[in-house]
Amino acid sequence: MPSDKVQAARSAAERYRPGVIPYRDMGYWQPHYQPLDTDIIALFRITPQPGVDPEEAAAAVAGESSTATWTVVWTDRLTASEIYRAKAYRVEPVPMSPGSGMEPQYFAWIAYDLDLFEPGSVANLAASIIGNVFGFKAIKALRLEDMRLPVAYLKTFQGPATGIVVERERLDKFGRPLLGATTKPKLGLSARNYGRVVYEALKGGLDFVKDDENINSQPFMHWRDRFLYCMEAVNRAAAATGEVKGHYLNVTAGTMEEMYERAEFAKSLGSVIVMIDLVVGYTAIQSMAKWARRNDMILHLHRAGNSTYARQKNHGISFRVICKWMRMAGVDHLHAGTVVGKLEGDPRMVKGFYDTLRERHTPASLEHGLYFEQDWASLNRVMPVASGGIHAGQMHQLLHYLGEDVVLQFGGGTIGHPMGIQAGATANRVALEAMILARNEGRDVLREGPDILEQAARHCTPLRVALDTWKDVTFDYQSTDTADYVPTATPGT
Amino acid sequence: MMTNYGNRITQGQFSFLPDLTDAQILAQLKYALDRGWAVNIEYTDDPHPRNTYWDMYGLPMFDLRDPAGILREINGCRSAFPNSYIRVTAFDSTRGWETPRMSFIVNRPRHEPGFRLVREEAAGRRIRYTIAPYATDKPEGERY
Repeated sequence: MPSDKVQAARSAAERYRPGVIPYRDMGYWQPHYQPLDTDIIALFRITPQPGVDPEEAAAAVAGESSTATWTVVWTDRLTASEIYRAKAYRVEPVPMSPGSGMEPQYFAWIAYDLDLFEPGSVANLAASIIGNVFGFKAIKALRLEDMRLPVAYLKTFQGPATGIVVERERLDKFGRPLLGATTKPKLGLSARNYGRVVYEALKGGLDFVKDDENINSQPFMHWRDRFLYCMEAVNRAAAATGEVKGHYLNVTAGTMEEMYERAEFAKSLGSVIVMIDLVVGYTAIQSMAKWARRNDMILHLHRAGNSTYARQKNHGISFRVICKWMRMAGVDHLHAGTVVGKLEGDPRMVKGFYDTLRERHTPASLEHGLYFEQDWASLNRVMPVASGGIHAGQMHQLLHYLGEDVVLQFGGGTIGHPMGIQAGATANRVALEAMILARNEGRDVLREGPDILEQAARHCTPLRVALDTWKDVTFDYQSTDTADYVPTATPGT
Repeated sequence: MMTNYGNRITQGQFSFLPDLTDAQILAQLKYALDRGWAVNIEYTDDPHPRNTYWDMYGLPMFDLRDPAGILREINGCRSAFPNSYIRVTAFDSTRGWETPRMSFIVNRPRHEPGFRLVREEAAGRRIRYTIAPYATDKPEGERY
């Protein structure tokens, strides 16, 4: 009888014979693996090519997102390859309605050892998890649905530069959503006219006005001019109201050096907040978060570009993963959906995003798309931003779905007011304060909301006019990014 | 005179609504107490938006769980400082918050003159802005 050692050597020789073997036989499929507390876990939605069985597809994803290449290499044997291999350990069919005619999809859980990742680098995490594997031929489509991030790993990230708690303390604004607006038209205004919109909206009652994602430095408005006029507007409005006011100055630019230059200029003018776009990339975002922490600046992130990969359910990255990465990267504000506005957002999915950004700890909740329990390791809370097609008449729904730690941004819903921008801002602020007062009094705002608004409009003409102007505006379309699991109604409720 | 909506300083949760009645204040206090937050009464005659530390009217009422009792304290503060700003804050000591969760004004001076915006022109069209309450030209206690 050969000893165990000899046997192991023989099977290793077998395993490493040059040639091509299925990924599942290379060690990337381990159905009995128990993930460690320190493992990073990724949940993928896989649509295998016809003829590829789901376990092999999952093993291929594990392999290609960790150590594997298409063929056996003897150099694996120079490493502790058992540890470095990612392990697909669970595969389940995605629940689908029978007769839907859709191709079968599978959820695959894959565990990665912590040492596969550089501390404090979202870019490195992304390069591993989504680096190569999304173009892999053996799978037809692939979506990164969710990730479990161990505390040990989160502790290597700075997290939000300011966070909800300190942002509120700096602004001296508590117990209600913050109000904002995006300057419109998005493009074409001169700096002087642009600042006019900012001043009117802030004096009328908003807390913030915002550059749009594509306002950088165009021929019609150079960035320095915009910054100068906007800060005149911010300070004028602060003096007119006795409140701290702000304008998100978008410092997005072609190079990191230019972004720093713009951010420094914003700081020198006394701005409390700067903004960047998601398209600048993970590393630039992390750099700006460090800059914001060093310079006592709130950092607003516009999720420009995210719907190119987050919206369709079969391929791409779920926005909840982007929420997690951005909390690690260190932004203070992130656009995360409105439920009722003009942009994509199923209520349950949006709740999952908001919880991911705001809570210290989130339990697993399949109906909200949260597949893992997540402890946020005291990383600051991110303030979600609701923006796009919302107006004062929806205030009760916004408060019900989104809670009070959120920035509600009414762009058209402020600037499009028939009585002017100040009146538009006032309408939103009065609607908001009336709704908070009523909620705190114990009233059911979702049901009584329209009455509460009607009552508040009796002492506020701008609100009366806003309600009359936009009363019938809704964006009632089917969401594409929805939960795969719906809660079963309890009989009798 | 201030020229914004309501001609008044708009700090706090409810400055855009008509002044709260005692019954409305009681309901807000109940909301705070039901969540285990400690209510604190503060007053000032310097309403600068960065004036964080208003004077405390006694200590935060950690152990007072009756809204009516707190309203009595508010009215005590109102009689002692009838022409000051008075705000009610509710403090949440839960881990991860440890910060005010509510803040609203319950008393104002009869006349609110507002703020002067001072512009100091600097190089490159840059301007250094300072906001100063007109009232703080006078010493503390003699302002309104």
